[in-house]
Amino acid sequence: MMGSQPERFKSKFRGILDIPREERFVSGHRLCAGCPVGTVMRMLTKVAGKDSIIVNGTGCLEVSSTPYPYTSWMNPWIHVAFENTGAVASGVEAALKVLKAKGVLGKDVKVVAVAGDGGTFDIGLQSLSGMLERGHKVMYVLYDNEAYMNTGIQRSGATPWGAWTTTTPVGKKWKGEWRWKKDIMGIVLAHRVPYAATASPSHPMDMIRKFEKALYYTREGPTFVHVLIPCTTGWRFDPALSIKVARLAVETGIWVLYEVEKGKFRVTHKVRKRKPVREYLKLQGRFRHLTDDDIEYIQKIVDEEVDRINKMAGEEVIGPVEA
Amino acid sequence: MAARGEVRARPKPMSTNSAVAAAVKDLDVDVVSAYPITPQTTVVEKIAEYIANGELEAEMIHVESEHSALSAALAAAATGARAFTATASQGLALMHEILHIVSGLRVPLVMSIAMRALSAPISIWNDHSDLMNARDSGWVIYFVHTAQEAYDTILQAYRVAEDPEVLLPVMVAYDGFVMSHTVEPVVTVGRENALSYAPKRPFPYKLDPDNPVTMGTLAGPEWYYEFKYQQVQAMAKALEKAREADREFERRFGRGYGVMECFMCEGAEALVMATSSYATTLKAILPEMWRQGFKVGLLRLRLYRPFPIREFTEYTSNASSLVVVDRSISFGAPYQGPLASEVASVKVKEGLDFNLVSVVAGIGQRKMEEEDFKALVRLAWEARSRKYPETIFYGVRE
Amino acid sequence: MASGGSGWRTLPPGGIIVEPGSSLRYKTGTWRVMRPIINQDKCVRCRMCWVYCPDAAIIETDEEYVDSKGRRWNRTYKVNYDYCKGCGICAEECPVNAIEMVPEVK
Ligand SMILES: Cc1ncc(C[n+]2csc(CCOP(=O)(O)OP(=O)(O)O)c2C)c(N)n1
Ligand code: SF4
Ligand code: SF4
Repeated sequence: MMGSQPERFKSKFRGILDIPREERFVSGHRLCAGCPVGTVMRMLTKVAGKDSIIVNGTGCLEVSSTPYPYTSWMNPWIHVAFENTGAVASGVEAALKVLKAKGVLGKDVKVVAVAGDGGTFDIGLQSLSGMLERGHKVMYVLYDNEAYMNTGIQRSGATPWGAWTTTTPVGKKWKGEWRWKKDIMGIVLAHRVPYAATASPSHPMDMIRKFEKALYYTREGPTFVHVLIPCTTGWRFDPALSIKVARLAVETGIWVLYEVEKGKFRVTHKVRKRKPVREYLKLQGRFRHLTDDDIEYIQKIVDEEVDRINKMAGEEVIGPVEA
Repeated sequence: MAARGEVRARPKPMSTNSAVAAAVKDLDVDVVSAYPITPQTTVVEKIAEYIANGELEAEMIHVESEHSALSAALAAAATGARAFTATASQGLALMHEILHIVSGLRVPLVMSIAMRALSAPISIWNDHSDLMNARDSGWVIYFVHTAQEAYDTILQAYRVAEDPEVLLPVMVAYDGFVMSHTVEPVVTVGRENALSYAPKRPFPYKLDPDNPVTMGTLAGPEWYYEFKYQQVQAMAKALEKAREADREFERRFGRGYGVMECFMCEGAEALVMATSSYATTLKAILPEMWRQGFKVGLLRLRLYRPFPIREFTEYTSNASSLVVVDRSISFGAPYQGPLASEVASVKVKEGLDFNLVSVVAGIGQRKMEEEDFKALVRLAWEARSRKYPETIFYGVRE
Repeated sequence: MASGGSGWRTLPPGGIIVEPGSSLRYKTGTWRVMRPIINQDKCVRCRMCWVYCPDAAIIETDEEYVDSKGRRWNRTYKVNYDYCKGCGICAEECPVNAIEMVPEVK
């Protein structure tokens, strides 16, 4: 049932002034001061527009945006539980499809799923896989703050090596998390989705175009956008620095901005000269305990990952570390 | 569409699972989301067949678990579709978290349960452990005892669930294998009649861009209680509406059951309370028992949640004893048959005067022969003048 | 909080909220300890503070503004102190340092 679309994707967002002024994720939510989830949801809903249903998994965003009787959402929004965002989105999409086929629903309504890293990498992985594998026309946005923040900064499968969390504390024997972040993009891409991308709130135009493109490609199947969310509370930094930390993740090559469009890999934001990972790590209290050796180790792993990315891109899209 | 008289004249052989599937088809359900588990599976297989050959226009979501099955069905109903799912045993247990969310969000949908024992040890056979585990999840629950009643009750269930004054999910439960896989003659009413009796009434708070709602909020201590109390009130409404739905069903199609059935109660001195296939068997043997002098009636619990206290009180008013047959165990409870515990509380609440006997039987489908049912009838007769303070675990080996 | 219309008879069921964007009635401005002040003369109307603010607390209007050098702008950015939590992102991200964070005096 893949309707082959002759038309090509063309972005409506050429410049920053093209972002609609109207707010669809409004003020009065209780996200921490400086939490970039707010930024990301504002941009996401501006792109998604009125005719989109939002499905939200349990987590910071869900609790902060809908404490009864207050909601920050202008769109129809549903939260059911923690581990079933993919299944709920599937149900909404299936209903829209059949209601449209039966003539009950007269217009196209899009489905946008939003969940945290815990709700995606861990407890929700199965329902996400089901949704992707069955081909539901849903855009799934993963906001990744690299731990279970809503319950108080416990590690998740997204927590990076070395990070302090309340369940990987720094003590005599433990020195923070000792495993690497799960390759969720690899898992998603193994489902052969038409579009998947990484994004960062520090690069809003790149992020917005990815949301737009991901929504566009829902005409062919499920799409996925993985957004890095520096969490002022859990990563332990001054709230004013949220965007700066996100930018440093990109500039150090820790977070590479790319997309995979119909199987084609492309880095969307090239980094000519990388900053050393130390600059990213040193702003964050969760890495305060790292020794020089630890930082060197992380640098080495990031270098290897950058190599891999450059090979995939077929050119040097992420440059060497600045001297 | 065949006329009423015509369809009634031509019953088709159907298992209870097939009868449920036929009802789903006749009700023009929009979204079916289910996962295989014995002995429920053939319900979904049959529905898949209907969709595959164009007899039902519906989306089937081939979910990867029962947790997702119910989550997706909930979401579909919340989007304004008529949704259905079916499960049993481990599947119902896996759904447990979502059961409470469906009723808490007040989303109407219907689920059939081919009742089965719970692990461990694993057993694919019938008892009511799965259903009893879910009884406090805020769903309306029916027990049915024939394939015909299953078909009819699925129709009634949608009518009750989608009533704007109710807005509760409904389970229709029947004995796994004993009923799910046993073929009986079933009369169906056809789509036109089914939809005229149970017209689609989409969720009034559905997810709609032109009328955006926020559903699944966080309610603090100053709000949560009111929403739970609304559910208490909705259950009370469901009882009225279930009675009405059954009366209307009888008026239209000539078959009615009541929310509770009393069989051979006229002049009965003792009663046996049973559900689902046990009620069917008891109906078959009671005439003979009466001929032998045992004036024992059958109290068949049909609507279980909300519990029909008024009917119960009326039907037990002249009984000296009541044997309550439970198909599951409430471990460590005062009466270890959960239904017996409830009857004990109704007895106190309504000031009823009969000797209550709690019997647990058929656990993991431990065989119950005709003789065993007769023994239960004799026990009820005995209990008129004798007390049995402890739960009797009928049929367990020493 | 539980005032008129908050009893079980009148509330929509299930904790469902039927008024979109009702959080506008909840003022998060009280959280603020530092207050951003936008210098309208320095501001180059780049829109970055408006984009980044997690709380939609920068308001963009079509109000005209003529700065001290006589330059005419057809957009103006203002802080909505009803909601601004004082996180400081806008000041940190402003490319021309037109936003200053000053202690909130209560
Ligand atoms: C089944 C279940 N287990 C545990 C929880 C508790 N819980 C609620 S939110 C949450 C963490 C969410 O983490 P994540 O998905 O990373 O989102 P974040 O809060 O970080 O935004 C947990 C563990 C739950 N709600 N449901
Ligand atoms: S804990 Fe982190 S992710 Fe959660 S609201 Fe606060 S800053 Fe945002
Ligand atoms: S201080 Fe933070 S909340 Fe206030 S306007 Fe600036 S970015 Fe927005």
